[in-house]
Amino acid sequence: MQTMVAESPVNYVNHQHSVASWLLTKDHKRIGILYLIVVSIAFTLGGIFAALIRMELTTPAGDLLSADIYNRMFTMHGVTMVFFVLVPAVPAVLGNFVMPLMIGAKDVAFPKLNLLSWYVFVTGFIFTVASMIIGGVDTGWTFYTPYSTQGSETNVLLTGVGVFITGFSSILTGLNFMVTIHRMRAPGMTWFRLPLFIWALYSTSLVMVLGTPVIAITLLMLVFERGLHLGIFDPRLGGDPVLFQHLFWFYSHPAVYIMILPPMGAISEVIACFSRKAVFGYSFVAFSSLAIAVFGFLVWAHHLFVAGISPYSALIFSFLSFAVAIPSAVKTFNWTATLYKGAIWWKTPMMFVFGFLGLFLVGGLTGIFLASLGLDIHLTDTYFVVAHFHYIMVGGAIMGYFAGLHYWWPKMTGRMYNDTLGKLSALLIFVGFNLTFGPQFILGYLGMPRRYHVYPPEFQVLNVLSSAGASILAIGYLLPALYFMYSLKWGEKAGPNPWKATGLEWTTQSPPLPENFPQTPIVTEGAYEYTKREIKVA
Amino acid sequence: MPNGSAAGHAEPHGHHHPALQHHFDDLEQQHEASTLGMWLFLVTEVMFFGGLILTYTLYRIWYPTAWAIGSEELDIYLGGFNTIVLILSSLTMALAVRAAQTGQQKATVTWLVLTMALGLTFLVVKFFEYKEKFELNHVPGPYFQFEGPESPHVQIFFSLYFALTGVHALHMIIGFALMSVITTMAAKGRFTPEWYTPVELAGLYWHFVDIVWIFLFPLLYLVDRHYVG
Amino acid sequence: MPSGFSLFPPQASTLAPEVDNLYLGVIAITAFFAIVVVVLVTYFAFKYRDDSGEKIGEPIHGSVPLELGWSIIPFIISIGIFVWASVVFFHIVRAPDQTLEIYSTGKRWMWRFQHVDGQREINELHVPVGRAVKVVFTSEDVLHDLFIPAFRVKADAVPGRYSAIWFEATKVGEYHIFCAEYCGTNHSAMIGTVFVMEPADYQAWLSGGGQNTAGGTLIEQGQQLFTQLACVTCHLADGSGRGPSLVGVFGSTVTLDNGTTVQADEGYLRESILMSQAKTVAGFQQLMPTFQGLVNEDGVAGLIEYIKSMQAGGAPAASTGTAP
Repeated sequence: MQTMVAESPVNYVNHQHSVASWLLTKDHKRIGILYLIVVSIAFTLGGIFAALIRMELTTPAGDLLSADIYNRMFTMHGVTMVFFVLVPAVPAVLGNFVMPLMIGAKDVAFPKLNLLSWYVFVTGFIFTVASMIIGGVDTGWTFYTPYSTQGSETNVLLTGVGVFITGFSSILTGLNFMVTIHRMRAPGMTWFRLPLFIWALYSTSLVMVLGTPVIAITLLMLVFERGLHLGIFDPRLGGDPVLFQHLFWFYSHPAVYIMILPPMGAISEVIACFSRKAVFGYSFVAFSSLAIAVFGFLVWAHHLFVAGISPYSALIFSFLSFAVAIPSAVKTFNWTATLYKGAIWWKTPMMFVFGFLGLFLVGGLTGIFLASLGLDIHLTDTYFVVAHFHYIMVGGAIMGYFAGLHYWWPKMTGRMYNDTLGKLSALLIFVGFNLTFGPQFILGYLGMPRRYHVYPPEFQVLNVLSSAGASILAIGYLLPALYFMYSLKWGEKAGPNPWKATGLEWTTQSPPLPENFPQTPIVTEGAYEYTKREIKVA
Repeated sequence: MPNGSAAGHAEPHGHHHPALQHHFDDLEQQHEASTLGMWLFLVTEVMFFGGLILTYTLYRIWYPTAWAIGSEELDIYLGGFNTIVLILSSLTMALAVRAAQTGQQKATVTWLVLTMALGLTFLVVKFFEYKEKFELNHVPGPYFQFEGPESPHVQIFFSLYFALTGVHALHMIIGFALMSVITTMAAKGRFTPEWYTPVELAGLYWHFVDIVWIFLFPLLYLVDRHYVG
Repeated sequence: MPSGFSLFPPQASTLAPEVDNLYLGVIAITAFFAIVVVVLVTYFAFKYRDDSGEKIGEPIHGSVPLELGWSIIPFIISIGIFVWASVVFFHIVRAPDQTLEIYSTGKRWMWRFQHVDGQREINELHVPVGRAVKVVFTSEDVLHDLFIPAFRVKADAVPGRYSAIWFEATKVGEYHIFCAEYCGTNHSAMIGTVFVMEPADYQAWLSGGGQNTAGGTLIEQGQQLFTQLACVTCHLADGSGRGPSLVGVFGSTVTLDNGTTVQADEGYLRESILMSQAKTVAGFQQLMPTFQGLVNEDGVAGLIEYIKSMQAGGAPAASTGTAP
């Protein structure tokens, strides 16, 4: 890694060069970079699967891929993106790197456990990729029984074990973050002086710690049933296949909040910096994060509205699903108000914030359609749902991740990237994304079911539009890979605070010292105090 | 709330406890962090077992007869014996923590070894229970054999029996491995009244695994049992 | 089949306009908020743009009245949408009292429909216009889902129990049937067509040739099975047998031996046949053997229709009105 910062002071990158010093590191910053590498590989892999899916769907007939291959494609796209990109991206990459810096700590509470988390993550990834190489899985990322236990003839066991293992990475990271935030804040860093990114990470960690064990045991039961013939969900024995769905979604719904809360936190950081003012309604945004984490555990059965649950429980879950949308709406309003009378600096990270605001808005609002029972009956299991969750996951979470990545890149690498290219990629992603997933709302209402390899010809026009958008989206995602890599060697050197932001992470050099701060900082003011102190310029 | 010392220390300096890790300010902060971490981990374990116990509960409500029949097939004496063994092992563990806390190295090692022995006893008894089930063809799967109209539901009971006790036994084995490490450290005199956190944390874990069994025993072995005098 | 470009599937049932109106209503409300936010964000982004990076923004920290306002107002609107949507929901899941029953089984990868009069169809469903139809169905293997977009109805087919959808078709024509729960290789090929016909055409189709009516009507099949499987030996009509009398049982409220009551709908009858140990009627012993493996789904459907027909006096029973 000698290309990164050649003749500058000692930093966490250049103070040790060997491969072993990276693979056995206990430094949260290096661990963040290690996660960045694996998450980027996973994103590329998942993206390739998506490309194949969209290529196949340009025509109604199944002419590019066979049905079996197609079914594996969408399954593996889902598994890769959910467990190896969306869940870890912001917490494990950005959170690991930035969180201790932000609270003025030297590292996380359990650095060795942090490294273990990464190894567990990689092990799970290897299992899952191995399963893909020997033929893949075709159950859908949701592994519904009885198809996953009795029907499918694919590598369910191997993938199930891979995802099971990966879950522990999540649990350990969440645990580590919670203890760090509780016990290792710098003197003067009270809870209400914490940046909102920390509140977001804390809320996420709550969900990781409480929810992930449930998917772990559910997958274990699945593996037992398929591998050891224990019949827990088998209808032939009187078992209930729908029970699997309850158990699965008890984690997987809160999981979507694991995927969106940290990016929302990143958005708060970027919007404050590039509006040059505090986020409007700090405590409301902070408490909204907690509220989303808690309420998120109460709505899982909205994935089961047509699965055979009683209409009365459907009513309850529908009501709660409306309720859980409110804190997200509150955040969106608060971010909008943050822009009011700000000094809006149009840099790349802020472009991703604008994109996020537009796309998350659509994603969140379309959730209202699905929470509405009378509509959900028609819309569930169609492309409307696919569009909805991609607007949130890609339009929301990935945009937020990119906003954070572009924001903290100078801190992580000591280099600036080309801002014009950055803005271009934000624009391409925004346009490409809308073109890809906008038509899918219409397809869904028209009745096109999801996970369809072939479809009636009248759905073709919208599918072609969607696939065209996907190609633009692909270019939009390719660009950052190129200009980020370029910046490592030839990018303009960044000082400690190129964005003139508040926050402890910007008071240190870029890249930071191995021990983060030469002296433990002492905090005397809240986050985002743009008026009070002299902001150190790059 | 600010933790640790108010001022930062500039240079890496000598003269701190060998167990103090460098990212912490002092032993107290490290101890609080470690303890909080272990409690959080135990919360995740509650959720983990909770999923299985929820599944068990639902099926028990639906198939009470099958549950009673299945439960009767379990050896209540062996199960009861194992319960006592584990409770005793929690006692010896607590005494080990106390001994470490008061700097009694020999006693610490003794109590830890006893804890391990009791844990091993539990596992051995479990092995024999499983063996019997295997011989009676009560193991779910292609070789499952059970008479009566409730047989399919009894198979679900046994599936959950093996899942619950199997996962519990796995935790016991991990606990046993943990104990060997702790015991070795104690034998080498690593623990002092100033720092015995690993013993304490191992104790928390061990007690938790014990408590899980205290739930499992009545749930699995005591369904609809009646004392026949 | 619809051709050309459209934003909505055909409105071919009484439920469809209700659902579509709800959809448009929610679009209107959410679009309003979306436009407000987008306009504000765009406006602020341009109006307050400052690329020098030197200025700072106005130090505004928040406003409690505003926070309460934009929490409470959306919440109230949400309740409004929730209530409206729930009303539509109950119309979708509560079938009317009098429906034309059709039994169906999904299996990889096709739908079998069984008419009460004995006709069997595969991947095709002929129904009359203007009449409430209830499809009672299950799966023989993995999860499937019966989805008819033109009618705006959908429900999962779960192995081991019955699901139901109901609709009253309002437009003659042909409409898609899709399987909407992923079920393996040919999930997207598990499609079919509903043929909605004028009543006269429907009658002609019923009595015309070409359909597989071997076996007679469902009631006839059921009656045969009732004798063949010796149900009649325990379930005497006067209630003096080892099992309760089945005359008039369908649609009634049955008291069980544990004190609870249960609605005797299609699902209850199916469970009693295939998993008899699940429930015991008050005053009787748990003696009934299970017929799992001895009777297939078509047979179960036949037995249920036969039991339904057992009214004092012989008139056929009405359906319970709620999807099981």
